[in-house]
Amino acid sequence: MTDYRQKYQMTPVVGWLLNDRGGMILLGILIAASILVPASNLLLPESSAFHVPTWMISLLGKYLCYALLALSVDLIWGFCGILSLGHGAFFALGGYAMGMYLMRQIGDRGVYGDPVLPDFMVFLNWQELPWYWYGFDMFWFAIVMAMFVPGLLAFVFGFLAFRSRVTGVYLSIITQAMTYALLLAFFRNDMGFGGNNGLTDFKDLLGYSLQSDGTRAGLFVASCVFLGICYVVARGITQSRLGKVLIAIRDAESRVRFTGYRVEYYKLFVFTVSAVMAGIAGALYVPQVGIINPGEFAPALSIEIVIWVAVGGRGTLYGAVLGAFIVNYAKTFFTGAMPDFWLFFLGGLFIAVTLFLPKGVIGAIPAFGAADRQSIITTWRKRLAERRANEGGKA
Amino acid sequence: MNDAMTVEMNASDEEQVKSARSETILYVDGVSVTFDGFRALNNLSFYVEPGELRAIIGPNGAGKTTMMDIITGKTRPDTGDVLFKSEIDLTKMDEAEIANLGIGRKFQKPTVFESHTVFDNLLLAASGGRGVFQALFHRLSDAEKIKIEKTLVTIMLEDKRDEMAANLSHGQKQWLEIGMLLMQEPELLLVDEPVAGMTDSETEETAKLLRSISKEYSVVVVEHDMEFVRDLDCKVTVLHEGSVLAEGRLDHVQKDPRVIEVYLGR
Repeated sequence: MTDYRQKYQMTPVVGWLLNDRGGMILLGILIAASILVPASNLLLPESSAFHVPTWMISLLGKYLCYALLALSVDLIWGFCGILSLGHGAFFALGGYAMGMYLMRQIGDRGVYGDPVLPDFMVFLNWQELPWYWYGFDMFWFAIVMAMFVPGLLAFVFGFLAFRSRVTGVYLSIITQAMTYALLLAFFRNDMGFGGNNGLTDFKDLLGYSLQSDGTRAGLFVASCVFLGICYVVARGITQSRLGKVLIAIRDAESRVRFTGYRVEYYKLFVFTVSAVMAGIAGALYVPQVGIINPGEFAPALSIEIVIWVAVGGRGTLYGAVLGAFIVNYAKTFFTGAMPDFWLFFLGGLFIAVTLFLPKGVIGAIPAFGAADRQSIITTWRKRLAERRANEGGKA
Repeated sequence: MNDAMTVEMNASDEEQVKSARSETILYVDGVSVTFDGFRALNNLSFYVEPGELRAIIGPNGAGKTTMMDIITGKTRPDTGDVLFKSEIDLTKMDEAEIANLGIGRKFQKPTVFESHTVFDNLLLAASGGRGVFQALFHRLSDAEKIKIEKTLVTIMLEDKRDEMAANLSHGQKQWLEIGMLLMQEPELLLVDEPVAGMTDSETEETAKLLRSISKEYSVVVVEHDMEFVRDLDCKVTVLHEGSVLAEGRLDHVQKDPRVIEVYLGR
């Protein structure tokens, strides 16, 4: 009996049943931010108390990209039980697609002044552009690739994994292996993606300088818009009958199979959609941070994404967004104030959330956790009582 | 069957088999399967006629669940034939295909979608499009609503309509799972130990439920509980070590000395 009670506790049936209050708040904040933040940055004088400095716009824009990445992980983990520990790979691939466009935008302004070849290729004595760099001088093509390449990888990878019924921990491990393999591949100079250094030294996007306040504000607004759109898409998917099938797969996969659904196709669909979202996040991220290198494929980063989702509250979508903001703000703070403590804090946070907030921060807010009317205190008391009972039983 | 008859029939053996098949909803013939040297099923053969209610009993390890696995495509047999409606070969299909043919299976442990409401559980099981994009753009139709309400009455859960399945009692979950099978509009229902862990009154209700269902569908029930099998009042097949030991009415089967030995002898 404890078996299913535990499962039920871990499964947030909160939130999206309550007419999606959290989603409305999230979309409201995004709309307000996309108007007010750029306005205060561009229109108010720097001396004003309400002036948002440009560095903060870039920082918030970066958080928004992380939030979109967390959203994509929550869509598969929270709703279909697919724990991907390799989602950083899709994010990085989207980022590389955008980075390739930005490299080609540099044109002859590079150190070596070659009109076509990026600096690192000149440095490696390459005579001509590799075929897979063709087309990236066009913005639309780069955007399409930023979605298509992660989507295709997810489709092929998912097709093989889900058809062979690889699930649970085994799936998580092979997603780790996937991102690690890509990390090693992108480190190599022969790959033609700038090796260890990656792609950087970008100049402009669609003719606008990446350093200008206007471009930064524009990228911030774009991040808000795409996060909003992807949120609505993800919400739509989870609210449809397909979304119900996904949750059913999470809870009782074999029952779904014996009910006549092709589980692998459902998983494949949502995994691919999620990878495309991660790719979009990567494409928005790169112009805002000014660099993409193989470090983004690091397995540890992919695990961190899962922590964002767990901290915010799995299976709510907006919880993932909140979690990405909380953890990344903490990261910014700690790596600045006491860099040695960041990893300890991250580890401690993850343990604390797992123990005390199984539904994440969102689950602890009564308005959102009200579905089963349990505040943290009652959960905590119940856990204590259970533990005592267990100890009593053993003694 | 006497010897003379058997000889006579040998000439038209093929036709004979064909006609025997043509009357069956489920035809299992000479099925064997081995797991790591353990023979779970050993030349198992039996037939179920359309509209029949059949109970399958047998001690632990007799191969009851393996038999279900083979019929529903979870396990592939080493040898033998499994035919649905006399002609469809089930041994080449996977679970989803077989489910869509019209074979519903209830698990031993009640398996429902715990974080969905009772209503949504039935909705997901409702027959109809199983494609990904069909599901994405699906709208609940009135016909589906009526069908779900009807099933809710059949499985005695009308007042639990909007309850999370996780909050149901053990017995209610069993009924919900049976209801989900009914929503699939199957022609054959395979029910694995439906009353395990149920109270006496729930057991009685379940027997009533299965008897009423068997008026419309063919039902195969695997069960340990003799009292319950008696309540079902149907033909019984006794399995032992992967093959059929005896078949007939319960009273008849219970008098069979081999059955007594298998159940009580050790």
